[in-house]
Formats: sequence, structure tokens, C-alpha cells
Amino acid sequence: MDLTYTPEQQAFRAEVRAWLAAHAPRTPLQSYDTREGFEQHRAWEAELAEHGYSAITWPKELGGRGAGLIDWLVFEEEYWAADAPLRVNQNGLLLLAPTLMEFGTAEQKARFLPRTARCDDMWAQGWSEPNAGSDMASITSRAIRDGDHYVLNGQKTWSTRALFANWMFGLFRSDPESSRHHGLSYLLVPLDAEGITVRPIKALNGKFAFAEVFFKDVHVSVENRVGEEGQGWHVAMATAGFERGLLLRSPARYQRTAKRLVELYRRHRGEAAHDGTLRDAVLRAWMGAEAYTLSSYHTVARLQHGAKIGAESSTNKIFWSELDLDMHETAMHLLGARAELIDDPEVHEWLEGFLFAQAGPIYAGSNEIQRNIIAERMLGLPKN
Amino acid sequence: MDFTFTEDQIAFRDAVSRFFMTEAAPEQLREVWETGAGRSAALRKKIAEQGLTALSVPEAEGGLGMGDIDWALMTQELGYYAIPDSLADTAYLAPGLLAGLPAGHALRAQWLPRVVDGSCRIAIGHPVNPWVADAHLADLLLMAHPVADGCELHAVPRAKVELTVLPSIDASRRLFEVRWHPDTETRVLDGVAGAPQWAATLDRAALNVGGQAIGLAQRMLDLATDYAAQRKQFGKPIGSFQAIKHHLADVVTEIEFARPVLYRAAAALAAGEPDASVRASHAKLACAAAAWTAARKAIQVHGAMGYTWEVDLQMFMKRAWVLDAAWGDRAFHRARLGAALLDAETLPSIGPGTTFA
Ligand SMILES: Cc1cc2nc3c(=O)[nH]c(=O)nc-3n(C[C@H](O)[C@H](O)[C@H](O)COP(=O)(O)OP(=O)(O)OC[C@H]3O[C@@H](n4cnc5c(N)ncnc54)[C@H](O)[C@@H]3O)c2cc1C
Repeated sequence: MDLTYTPEQQAFRAEVRAWLAAHAPRTPLQSYDTREGFEQHRAWEAELAEHGYSAITWPKELGGRGAGLIDWLVFEEEYWAADAPLRVNQNGLLLLAPTLMEFGTAEQKARFLPRTARCDDMWAQGWSEPNAGSDMASITSRAIRDGDHYVLNGQKTWSTRALFANWMFGLFRSDPESSRHHGLSYLLVPLDAEGITVRPIKALNGKFAFAEVFFKDVHVSVENRVGEEGQGWHVAMATAGFERGLLLRSPARYQRTAKRLVELYRRHRGEAAHDGTLRDAVLRAWMGAEAYTLSSYHTVARLQHGAKIGAESSTNKIFWSELDLDMHETAMHLLGARAELIDDPEVHEWLEGFLFAQAGPIYAGSNEIQRNIIAERMLGLPKN
Repeated sequence: MDFTFTEDQIAFRDAVSRFFMTEAAPEQLREVWETGAGRSAALRKKIAEQGLTALSVPEAEGGLGMGDIDWALMTQELGYYAIPDSLADTAYLAPGLLAGLPAGHALRAQWLPRVVDGSCRIAIGHPVNPWVADAHLADLLLMAHPVADGCELHAVPRAKVELTVLPSIDASRRLFEVRWHPDTETRVLDGVAGAPQWAATLDRAALNVGGQAIGLAQRMLDLATDYAAQRKQFGKPIGSFQAIKHHLADVVTEIEFARPVLYRAAAALAAGEPDASVRASHAKLACAAAAWTAARKAIQVHGAMGYTWEVDLQMFMKRAWVLDAAWGDRAFHRARLGAALLDAETLPSIGPGTTFA
């Protein structure tokens, strides 16, 4: 056990801190679920990429800097400590990219990853359908092979930021005779292709955070398939692992929230004093964020010693999503009657976060599904 | 930055685990616990042969000179196999106190080699605990005596104390009310010198109990998982029912996020970090809570079998329940966290980037 950062890691931290202090927007950007906010976020992504900070763990030639996972944790810590903007292209950076690294051809990597790092390409995820949510294997959207292209028909839904994305990665049934997780293919679909209609869906916060995407005889080149035809389930499951595992939600995010909660408590100590449960909840927030951080460092250490992350990533998903809800509920209770006032500067970020936290146990595989996975794959209990 | 254990540390832990599996099986422990003294000299001797009692004793006194980080692994095995209190008190807490004495102090030479070879038991009387565990068999009691300017350390032979036994719901426990009189002969450290030693002992004890709690949680999870795979109702293993799966998945998750907290606390103690007490309290709270969750879920999964004396689950549940309030109850440890995080004049260093700073 060695709990010191190397001189290189310390230097990297200092470099990131200094760069963010000089470059991070001084006033918060508008929500990326608005057109204007989206463009602001895209400009910020381009600036990050220009200085090699967009995707530090990727190889240099693909737009990264070949950094290790500890560097990534360090980068995230500095990023969140600096109150820098949310990452608008996280689907592309954190979900598609690891999949392409593993399953993509050299041409696909070269074609898509540098553009993704700069947010020239902005990605939507196309898995869910109206009748395929938790039961993703019941996907019916089709991609029927016709020579050097596929013809897509069907519908995806809940596709986050599809309104502003120009590409989608998704799962389609390429073998019409197949069922369940057989006969699916993983395709990269340009959202400006003819026959695609994107219809925004208003989310809980009143913004068009996700969208339905309709496909009518859409032609997609065979070159845009990731992995073998019919192997899409396998490819997609790898992405699902990345999503609920370490990458999507770095611990620094929750440490920042916990710190803000401690600060909130300290500012409102007097009002909070009459409710001992609030004090306890604030302490639990700090403990939870610390536990998540420690678990992440422990996981990274094990990865560096050659271990693989398996079904444990399901415990991660449950932990961060419930922690996030608990912390935001506590903030609501601390704010009391004021908590509903969306324009109150002290309330605004908490309220937005509270609404978004409601979705945490649902997206990226619901927490019930994660509990099934833990019981079946980690404990070996029989499938029903 | 490498927040995990070496292969050697893991190998030592595994060896100890195999040893307990054969030498301290539940039926053997039940037999020992039914005797009046509740302890087996033969087992203690074998434990010493495994090197466990030498682990935390400095090399100069014949020990292995390992520290809190190694103990953080070992203590989980003590929990997993429901080993009674005296082992950790003698083999971890007492060496910590004795090794805190100046080099060449007579007590070190007198007792530490005996800790190593397993020929003595040392009981610890700390102000946070109203009673003293395993005082009846102790060759030596290290007692705290709070005074105006701190907390004295006294080394009291068994003959100089009077004991009243306090039966516990946990059949492995042997708790005693200890009556004794501090005098100049028993005094080893004055209040000023003793206070930091007793504070460090409390932190180590919290780590040790936390580790046992995680071991207990893991054991109860394993027992319940086995039971869920074997027991059939409605023509299928109960482990195929989702409600049962989710009970156990919750235990997995809670353990998964408590263990690294334990390890961080161990490292903080080993390095004497300024916020080691906060880390130790966090570890104790997180681990003990995981153990209580495990007990609650495991008994539910066992149905009526879990409510019997016969089924071993009870041994582990009861230890989990009683250890929760040993070495500071939840209120005590939360108060320590609250003082540091919420009440301190200035905001402590928390947030992204501070966990290993
Ligand atoms: C904010 C947000 C963003 C999203 N972004 C995207 C995106 O970009 N791309 C995309 O493809 N999808 C996205 N989704 C969709 C998300 O993946 C699905 O919502 C999720 O998989 C659950 O599917 P569902 O909503 O159809 O719920 P259902 O599957 O209908 O589930 C409803 C309830 O039933 C429970 N349930 C279902 N099956 C089981 C079972 N076997 N055992 C126990 N309980 C069960 C669920 O846990 C849940 O509580 C997003 C969702 C949200 C909320």
C-alpha cells in the first residue's frame, strides 16, 4: 500500500489546477439542454481538447495523452474542485470510446475518436425503445443488410441530448428471424441521415433533455458497424459495464456535492439545530462520498495489478445513485420552505441536482436490475 | 499510489484464514464457549504458532513488527471466524500501548516476548468502555485512569483487581466490572504522557472492531447465500426469488463500500495522520452498519432456521450486535465526526482531491 502520488502525478495535478484556474468559465454556462447552452458547452469541450484535457486516458494519436487511471482520478478531482462545466459529450467520451477502443477497427477509431474528443461529433445513445427498457434484449428496431449498407426502421427513445447530437450509437436487430440477444448489431448512425426524425421529450426539469428517434428506411453503411454482425449484444454489454462502472461517475463529483452540503449545513447551523437527523444526514453524505472515492482508488489499484472489473460495477451504480439522492434530499430538507424557489441562488443548483438525482436509480440499468446482476453474477444465485 | 495489499500480505491473510477454518470451526468454538472460562489455552498456543500474536510486536522484542495495515486484513479473519475479544486485545492493542513506552522500559521486555509466544493474555480497560473484556484470564491488565491533566496508564496484575462477571448475550463474550486502586506502583505513565497513548489505543480499537464487523458481515452473507442456494420452496431454490436476491445484493454493496474505508483508516493510523481519529470513526461506523445490515438480511433469508440456537448464524449475528457499541457506540463516533467536520471553527480540508492529501 502506497498512498502517495508520484512527483509526475503531483505535477500533473498542479498543471491541471493552474490551467483550469486560467481557463474554466468564470460564470456558469447555461444548461446544455438548451441550444445556446449546448453551443457554450461544445466550445468549452473544444478548448479542453485543444489543450489535451478532453480525454486524457486515450492514446495521443487519438486525441488523448495516454494517461493512467490515477491521473484520470486526479484530473477529475481538479475538474470538479474547479466547478468546471458538466461534460456534454459524456456518451461519446465515456461510453462509445471505450467500446471503439476494444471492438472498433483502426479506421473507425481514427475516424471518430479525435472528432469526439473535440466534440466535433456529439453522440447520443440508442438502446432503449418504447417496449425495450430494462428488457433491452426485446429490441425490435431493425437494420436489414442490403449490400454495403443496412436499412434501418423502428424507434429509439429516452435518447439523452439526441436533439443536439449529430451521431448515435445504438443496437438494431440485423437478423429479423432472431430473438432476444441474438442477431443484434451495434451501429453508428449519422443523425442527419435521410429518414430520421428526432422528437424532443421534456424531462422533469422542463427541459428537452432527451428525445425519441424515429427511423424510416434509413441507409447506414456497413463500415459503421462495430464488431461482427449479430454480435451487437456482446459489444453493447461491454459499454454497459463501462457506464455503470468507474468511468461515468467519478468520485470527485460526489465529493464536491458532499462538501457543498457541509458548507450549506455550516451556513444554516442555527436553523438545522432543531433537527438532529439533518446533522446525521450531512455526516453520512461526507462518509458516503469518501467511501465511493476510496472504493474507486481501490478498484483502480486492483486494475493496475491486472484484475478485471466484473459485476462489481453494479455495486458502484447502486452506490453513487443512492448517495446522490440522499445528499440532495438532505439539501432540500436543510433549505426548508425555500427549497422550491428555483431562482434563489442558494437553491438553484440543489434543486436542479435534486431533480436529476431522481433519474440516477433508473438510467444506466435500473438499480433493481443491478441487484439482480449482483446476486446472480457475484453470489452465483440461480436465475429465476 | 497503490491502494491495495501486497501479495505477501494477502498470502499471510489466506494462511490465517485456512488455519481458523480448521482449528476454530463453529462447533469447536461452541464447545469452548460453554466452558466457564470460555477460552482455550491450546487454541491460543496454535494461534501463536501461526505468527498472529507476533504480528504487531516490534522486531526488537521478537515480533514481526508489522503494523495497522497488516492488522486491518487480519482483523477481518477474526470476525469471519468469530474469534473472541482477548486475541486482538493481547495481540494488537496491548503491543501498541507497550510499544509506546520508552525503549528499554522494563514492561516491554517483561511482556512483549510473552505476547509473541502466546503465553500471556492482556486485558485493556479504556474509559470509553464501561467494562473490561476477558479480565478473568488476564495475566496483566492495562488500565486507564483519567486525571485532571490527561489519562494515566497503569499496569495492574490480575491479583490486584476484583472482578464481577456480566453475562452477555454473545456467548463468546466475557465481560467484567473491574475494581482496582491506582497507586504509584501500578502507574506506568502520568496523565500527560498517557493521554495520547490511550487516544491511539481507541483509534486502533475502532479499526480492529470495524475489521471484525466486516469479517462478520462477509460470513453472514456467505452463510445466507449458501442457504439461499440450497433451501427450496415452491419447487425452486429460494435464492431464485428476487426479494431474496435483493436482500443479499444490498449486503454485498454495503460491504464493498465499507472495506476501503477500513483500509484508509489503517493507513492513517500507521502514518500517524492528523485526522486518523476521523478515519477510524468513519471505518467503525461504516463497518458496524454493514454488519448489522448483514445480520438483519441473513436472518430473514434463513426464515425460522435463523431464529434458532442450532444454526451457526446466531454466533455471528450476536458478535456483530455487541461489537457495534464496543469501543465507542455510534453516537460517540458520530460526535467525533461532527466535531471535526461540522463544528470546527474553520471548514476542514474536504472535497475532491483531499482523500489522500
Ligand atoms: C435521465 C435518463 C436518461 C436516459 N438516457 C438514455 C439514453 O441516452 N439512451 C437510452 O437508450 N436510454 C436512456 N434512458 C433510458 C433508460 O436506459 C431506461 O429508462 C432504463 O433502462 C429503464 O427502462 P424503462 O424506463 O423502460 O423502465 P422499465 O424497464 O419499464 O422499468 C420500470 C420499473 O420496473 C423495474 N423492473 C423492470 N424489470 C425488472 C426486473 N427484471 N426485475 C425487477 N425490477 C424490474 C425497473 O427497475 C423499474 O423500477 C434514460 C433514462 C433516463 C431516466
